[in-house]
Amino acid sequence: MSGAGAPQLLEEDRPTRGKPRTIERGLSRSDRVFRGSSTGVGIFVLVVTGSIGLFLGLQSIPTFRHYGFSFFTQTNWQPERDQIGIAAVLVGTVEVALVAICVGIPLAMSLALFITEYAPRKLKSWMVSAVDLMAAVPSILYGLWGFFLLQPHAKYLARWLSQYLGWIPIFKVSTDPNAAVWQQSAYTSSVFITGIAVSMMVIPLACAVMRGVFDETPMGEREAALALSGTRFGVIRTVVLPFGRGGIIGGSMLALGRALGETIVVLMIISPAYDIKIRILEAGGQTISALIAGNFGNATSAQLSALLTAGFVLFVITLGVNFFAATVIRKSRSGALTEI
Amino acid sequence: MTTFSDLDLEPREEGPVEEAPERVTRRPRRVRRTTFDDYLELGGSFLSSGALVGVLYGHVFNMSGVLGFLVLWYFAFMVIFGLTLKITNPNPLVVDKLVQATIFVASAVVIAALLSALIFVVVKGLHALGHLNFFTHNMAGVSPTAPLSQGGIFHAIVGTLVEISVAVAISLPLGLMTAVFLSEVGGKWSNLVRTVVEAMTALPEILAGLFVYVVMIVYFGFPRSGFAVSVAMSVTMVPIIARTGEVSLRIVPNGLREASNALGGSEWRTTWKVVLPSARAGLATALILAIARGIGETAIPLICSGASSFTNFNPFANPMNSLPLFILTGFQTGQSVAIERAFGAGTVLLVLILGLFVLTRFLARDRKVKR
Repeated sequence: MSGAGAPQLLEEDRPTRGKPRTIERGLSRSDRVFRGSSTGVGIFVLVVTGSIGLFLGLQSIPTFRHYGFSFFTQTNWQPERDQIGIAAVLVGTVEVALVAICVGIPLAMSLALFITEYAPRKLKSWMVSAVDLMAAVPSILYGLWGFFLLQPHAKYLARWLSQYLGWIPIFKVSTDPNAAVWQQSAYTSSVFITGIAVSMMVIPLACAVMRGVFDETPMGEREAALALSGTRFGVIRTVVLPFGRGGIIGGSMLALGRALGETIVVLMIISPAYDIKIRILEAGGQTISALIAGNFGNATSAQLSALLTAGFVLFVITLGVNFFAATVIRKSRSGALTEI
Repeated sequence: MTTFSDLDLEPREEGPVEEAPERVTRRPRRVRRTTFDDYLELGGSFLSSGALVGVLYGHVFNMSGVLGFLVLWYFAFMVIFGLTLKITNPNPLVVDKLVQATIFVASAVVIAALLSALIFVVVKGLHALGHLNFFTHNMAGVSPTAPLSQGGIFHAIVGTLVEISVAVAISLPLGLMTAVFLSEVGGKWSNLVRTVVEAMTALPEILAGLFVYVVMIVYFGFPRSGFAVSVAMSVTMVPIIARTGEVSLRIVPNGLREASNALGGSEWRTTWKVVLPSARAGLATALILAIARGIGETAIPLICSGASSFTNFNPFANPMNSLPLFILTGFQTGQSVAIERAFGAGTVLLVLILGLFVLTRFLARDRKVKR
């Protein structure tokens, strides 16, 4: 129907002898409708996604009024005693995300380098599929995996870390790791194990971004490095990594944003504890998203507002991280960042 | 002064001088070749480090557990392999091979973790899947501790399918139009929209759920229901469709657009008849990616609908269970039967995702053949 515009235009404007045909400038009506509607939808999506922040922000005003700045310094989450604050959960959120990043990013980068630099062509497409599949597996299944398969194994690793690296504060555990019958439950449900499980969701995201950038490394520069008798690692170190720096940073930040917001895996594995703790191997911890998911069901309206405020804080953090990541990645694609 | 015979060192090493030039011109020299030495170095280091750690593990290091063994094995291997290489190789080569070994091991770890997750869920789920009623019954009136011969996940399967269908009906037009806007129309808003959409692809699902909860349920008094879940799913799916869709629209060759314009096609006709059909496979991939993401959301149904035990086909009234939520609630009861059911539901979910995934691969391959 809307396509009828074009032939009609031709009919009307058929050149008559002696007079040049008038050329219609601008858009036909169907095109104006098309442009207008798609722009409208684009702006609608912008408004809806933008209003997420707005509504969460509006909802959190009462909480900020009631608790003031102590909302950020209070560690307890005890609505019945009117003590509500996100100091502990904020620290927990960052800790889980950092563990996930520390475990996930080296693995993701290795995988990306393997796919772009080492894998034979046939294996390469299989590996790309595997990474995509890894991204498509729902987080709840990683939660089951982390709780029932990873945790029974990882607690030995946690004990070993606390035995040999216990002098570093973050690896300290309150029980005696060298005891003959060691207290196994002290090492489960910890930030450490949760972080490893969350890294499973972080790896495919970061790997996909890094692979994309590594793949775009100019062939000429690679060959130049090889011609100067560089080893394969030499090519990676001098050509691929500098070229892909934007992708590495952007992918890591994107992964960080994902790790900060991961909900279900944390809810399934960690045992809630509301104190600021830096001992990541020890049981207990909490993140903002798991706090919301865990306390949502039996919250009164005042508590709900507090949970929404916590959600608003998470929103601001993740959006900031994601914005930064998106900007870095886009710049790196245009090559602006690699010129430095 | 160098003579010709001085330069001609390499062929003499490889064999008779007369044959060498001919062989060089016929095919390029193989730069990297794995020699017998390489295999010995690798295999020897692998075995000796394994044996070393195996002997020392329990006694000297006083360690236990499989993961610790593997970690230690890796470090022992790196040390021994490095020392072995050092005997015959120059430093850059030693570093090169050690890095290569690290990259291979790390990649293998990731793939092994993925496979272990997939296999673990399926193996644990098989027990529940053996009962036919698992697919045809719901949990109404069945206690979570009832044996597997009672109850099932029919309500959760129905809920997931209804919710994702409604979510697709909402998010496909919006996402597609946004992709078209970003790629074909543009304008002063497009950069802002693109940046926001890109940032929103990584929006935590719980925030999408909270947003819909606040707007639909708190402000407008909508009941917690399957429709609220669908809307929240759409909030996470639209950015995925828009961004992935935009990428696939962008790779449509400009010549096609220009040809259509030259034949008098308007912008709208060009987009509808030329650009979108050319990018069909890519757009389908975008949709399927979004569906895979939407199906797996757990926090959203938890907030926007809540669990239920009966089958509900109506998305607008009453809570609606879904597969991820069923898994979560089963897991949280801590009962072994409920957890077995959860794994069964997990296997069903995984099969759904795998099916969608294979479909995506199939479509992507189709696109390559055409070009």
